[in-house]
Amino acid sequence: MAHLARTPIRLVRLVLLAFTLVLAPAALTAPTPAAAQASPDEVATILAGFTRGQFPATLAAIDALAASGHPRAAEILTALENRRLVFETAGRRVLWKDASGAHFDALTGEPVATPGATTEVRISNAVRRSVQTAMASLTLRAPDPRRRIEAAAAILRARDLSQRDALAQARADEADPTVQRAFDDTLAGLAIADASASEGVRMAAIERLAARGDASARALLLGLPADAPDALREAASEAIAAIDRRLAIQSHVQNVFFGLSLGSVLLLAAIGLAITFGVMGVINMAHGEMVMIGAYATFVVQELMRAFAPGLLDLSLLVALPLAFLSAGLVGVVLERLVIRHLYGRPLETLLATWGVSLILQQAVRSLFGPTNREVTNPSWMSGSLELFGIALTWSRVWIVVFALAVFFTLLVAMKATSFGLRMRAVVQNRRMAASMGIRTPWIDAMTFGLGSGIAGVAGVALSQIDNVSPNLGQSYIIDSFLVVVFGGVGSLWGAFVAALSLGVANKLVEPLAGAVLAKIVILVAVILFIQKRPRGLFALKGRAVES
Amino acid sequence: MTRKPILFRLMAPHIAPAVLILVAAAALVPIANLAFPPGHALHVPTGTVVLLGKWLTYALLAVALDLVWGYCGILSLGHGAFFALGGYAMGMHLMREIGPRGVYGHPVLPDFMVFLSFEDLPLAWWGFDVFAYAAFMALFVPGLLAFVFGWLAFRSRVTGVYLSIITQAGTYALMLSFFRNELGFGGNNGLTDFKDVLGFSLQADGTRAALFALSALALAGGLLLAQAIVTSKLGLVLVAIRDAETRTRFLGYRVERFKLFVFTVSAMMAGFAGALYVPQVGIINPSEFSPANSIEAVVWVAVGGRGTLSGAALGAFLVNWAKSFLTGAYPEIWLFVLGFLFVAVTLFLPKGILGALRGLRLGRRAGEPRATSAQPAE
Repeated sequence: MAHLARTPIRLVRLVLLAFTLVLAPAALTAPTPAAAQASPDEVATILAGFTRGQFPATLAAIDALAASGHPRAAEILTALENRRLVFETAGRRVLWKDASGAHFDALTGEPVATPGATTEVRISNAVRRSVQTAMASLTLRAPDPRRRIEAAAAILRARDLSQRDALAQARADEADPTVQRAFDDTLAGLAIADASASEGVRMAAIERLAARGDASARALLLGLPADAPDALREAASEAIAAIDRRLAIQSHVQNVFFGLSLGSVLLLAAIGLAITFGVMGVINMAHGEMVMIGAYATFVVQELMRAFAPGLLDLSLLVALPLAFLSAGLVGVVLERLVIRHLYGRPLETLLATWGVSLILQQAVRSLFGPTNREVTNPSWMSGSLELFGIALTWSRVWIVVFALAVFFTLLVAMKATSFGLRMRAVVQNRRMAASMGIRTPWIDAMTFGLGSGIAGVAGVALSQIDNVSPNLGQSYIIDSFLVVVFGGVGSLWGAFVAALSLGVANKLVEPLAGAVLAKIVILVAVILFIQKRPRGLFALKGRAVES
Repeated sequence: MTRKPILFRLMAPHIAPAVLILVAAAALVPIANLAFPPGHALHVPTGTVVLLGKWLTYALLAVALDLVWGYCGILSLGHGAFFALGGYAMGMHLMREIGPRGVYGHPVLPDFMVFLSFEDLPLAWWGFDVFAYAAFMALFVPGLLAFVFGWLAFRSRVTGVYLSIITQAGTYALMLSFFRNELGFGGNNGLTDFKDVLGFSLQADGTRAALFALSALALAGGLLLAQAIVTSKLGLVLVAIRDAETRTRFLGYRVERFKLFVFTVSAMMAGFAGALYVPQVGIINPSEFSPANSIEAVVWVAVGGRGTLSGAALGAFLVNWAKSFLTGAYPEIWLFVLGFLFVAVTLFLPKGILGALRGLRLGRRAGEPRATSAQPAE
């Protein structure tokens, strides 16, 4: 779903990029078609203003140059500001130097290999200010739409009314709808602050910002001077209230998303446990270490890819998925064969044995990889964020939600629709009957434990993206995982699903009220109390088999 | 069946020697520490006394845990919390006793409160300048928590792994709470820099030896108390609950009341152990609440032998001895050894060291292994 939502935005980006790439060179050499352009003679006259050695002449030349639409105006003005604008003392030809010191003819833009003796154009603070103002209006016509938007934002930040005409002019010539919107917002913001504008214009501006309805519009509305007419102030405060409501809803939606994302992390961490603990009844304290093994498998795959196939580094996560599943699953099968199978029916003793195993695994990883954090880089398709209705969602979080759902439903299908799943459920429900029907129960036990461990390993791949990969990685999830399984109801996959997501969302909804740590405490206590009410969790298994 | 008099029951073959050893140690170790000069063959260095004293408090915690787990089937993964609460109660008294000798020299407020710019002493700290009150609270607070928690949990018949997991969640929640500075118990750093207790300097050898003796006697007392409970009629009901809770309920026993009683007593024992622990190690901080500590306590009991009381104490000693020996000698491999030890004990000595020894002896006497029905079910 997120993938579908993502595509149009990507397309727009691509089109914009192509647009910029194709048009940029043209725009650099040719003048912006819409802007009126001065003839070379006129430009020559303007440039001559820089050679007088008098500030008023320089100032006049700056304004005239900015208005001329001369294609190299921006370079010339930048050079002036940086004391790199010079003229040949003899011929009065104006030149600019780039950062490396090469000279260019200001009129034609051609490189000048051997300039004669040159004199620097002197500048003062007044000149600097004038250059900056001129640059702002020039960048309003910059070829890159992002720079145009930035220029408008800069004008707005400075509440620079002197730029309004230039901005209005640029708006009239603007073709890009995104930039048009930005310019309109800026004009509206300026109109609000401008006491000389008519009430109708200012009212229209307020309405426009109210319709935009985000945090920056709110800031602009707050910029309405206190001495503005009552009608305006009323409209503005109404608009602000409306925006506040909207922002509140938005932040709720955002919190819910954060909660879902946290819930997905919990789900990933707990789902393997829902099998080893929930289905098999093994209190698997080494579950967190299976997650850790998965995370380290991701790290190893990434390092191998970096060494042998750096071009495919972005795909290392996909390669790591099956390997993490297999390595953690293999450890799980070995653990089951060596230790767990001797302890069936004695769940509390599996706790001790697996606690010991978790210590061994932690120390093994510490000896192999060192005690420090290992860095797993995010692939490019997971960095950045997705903008949706004014809410920024980081891609890594979005992918984890998607991934957790995928893992969950894959597991559900594996349990309900494969013959292995059928045999597994048969063994869980009635071991002796299943054995009588010819199911090799020890083999099923080993495979089931391997499946649960393997899924924990897969969770490790995802968690390596948002957490530190260290030998202690698993420990931080083990308590939460058990809580999720117990809250959901031991033995119920759907219970774990509902429990993980509701705990995640509840946590994030409490967090703004109470802070992160207190929210966690509140949730823990709430779950403890809930267990008193429903001692067997949300989705309690029913029937006689439960008591045994 | 006629019941033996209480003295006979207390002097069971696995309790009496342990109590005798402890009483002897309470008398002899301080003498060996104080009366003989360093370098003398019989001298016990103060460091050893402190270490042994610390293990004695751990052993008392293990006995408390064995009382509920070994005899009533309640596997608490949160007993470390009761231990830590008792420790905090004692720590608060020791903080108050520092008085104006703190770094900031405030007459009433402990240093960390001055540092966190508290105005007045929080309500929870009132009265802790009186030793008797602090000692009472070290028993009362863990007992109250256990009572409330147990009343809720046992009444709604939360059993088995569910109970274990929520006790673990409970201690985890307490750890997070105590990490918060706002709670007013020293936050991250906990309580430390203690000066003296009842006017005796905590750094003095005499005080340390006395604390050791107290711990040894407390452990002996704990063993006797636990043995008295488990061999009483009530104790028989506890074992019945452990082995067949539903059947016991159908026989007309109010199962939850028995459980609540033993759970509360056990929590108070753990709190007492914590109160003895803090003056000896000189610090108490929120990491004492960490779930790993509680699990470790369960491991001591399992190694020593659950349902044997003195075995739990033995387990606490052995595991902690192995831990301190290996962390010193082979820091790289000690986790391997410890982990392997847990696996090996559960696989090969399911009844723990003492349980295995007892099985051997009984087996030789009867010529056959013990009936399996007598062993704890889960």
